[in-house]
Amino acid sequence: MNLIELIKQPWPWYVAGPLIGLTVPALLILGNKSFGISSSLRHVCAACMPANIPFFKYDWKKEMWNLFFVAGILVGGFIAAHFLANPEPMVVHPDLVADLANYGITDYSNLVPIQLMNWEALITPRGFVMMVVGGFLVGFGTRYAGGCTSGHAIMGLSTLQWPSLVATICFMIGGFTMVNVILPYILSL
Amino acid sequence: MLQQPTDTTTEQQVAENTDFEVRSLDAMSVNESRIEHKWYDNLKYMVVGILFGIVFVKAEIVSWFRIQEMFKLQSFHMYGVIGSAVMVGVISVFLIKKFKIKTIDGEEITFHPKTFNKGQIIGGLLFGLGWGITGACPGPLFAQIGTGATAIIVTLLSAIAGTWVYGLLRDKLPH
Repeated sequence: MNLIELIKQPWPWYVAGPLIGLTVPALLILGNKSFGISSSLRHVCAACMPANIPFFKYDWKKEMWNLFFVAGILVGGFIAAHFLANPEPMVVHPDLVADLANYGITDYSNLVPIQLMNWEALITPRGFVMMVVGGFLVGFGTRYAGGCTSGHAIMGLSTLQWPSLVATICFMIGGFTMVNVILPYILSL
Repeated sequence: MLQQPTDTTTEQQVAENTDFEVRSLDAMSVNESRIEHKWYDNLKYMVVGILFGIVFVKAEIVSWFRIQEMFKLQSFHMYGVIGSAVMVGVISVFLIKKFKIKTIDGEEITFHPKTFNKGQIIGGLLFGLGWGITGACPGPLFAQIGTGATAIIVTLLSAIAGTWVYGLLRDKLPH
């Protein structure tokens, strides 16, 4: 197997995890920046619609680096999907496959479940909850918590801050509750 | 090339202080560089973002299915990713502190302790619920759009709206 073929395979956790961890020192050494992604959403609000809300009245241009960073993530996603894509469908746990088949989800060609999240689905109750309500909770919750998986779980825990541990535990409790208790009802909509 | 701002008036300083107060409550960078940077200096962060985005997609971290597996305890993958990322992060921060490593511009690297408030619990739970639905935290949303899942633009816009509504209601919410 040559190198390109190897790169096109899904990367194991022990390759991806350390690379993501290295983002922390990379941003610190490049310019004393704390790793955090959800702040970018706040900067967009501050830049586009501050509406005289004190929380959005700050010089967002000083945080421009964060917007360049997330723009980079988008470009990285494009590069990986178009030049380094794995031609095979995703390998998913058989129990999950069986479970999702009950809700008509059978397409594993994409990282995003395209049968659940697409433009046409947006006007259905299920699609609306999945995309609009879900997105709203992500944006509202991360800002309320003062960070997301990157700012709290990775940067916060890397600097051994206990409030970040509390936040991370709450992220997990919320996720477990949604996936195991609430989501079956949403998928049945 | 250290430059002190020379044209700062008292009014501006006051405005900046309020700014700092609002911002320091949050997980955003409060480390303001004293060095004047040109806009294109930010491209280095874009390069980090690109590499980060490639890892996100190639390790399927941005996959809704992997997040479902994580919360159903059907796969170790995501736990391995987050756990090893934190371990590398802890070691890196330890080394930066121990050897007082400076930035490439020679500035000191600083860390700001996060203060606890109820938001980390309430907001954390709300974000967790959203994470379970969308299968994506804010970073993966950008990567998913990059892979060509254009409908996720709606999810991202909704997340921006959520952030905006939080800003609007902030004073009325328990912290």
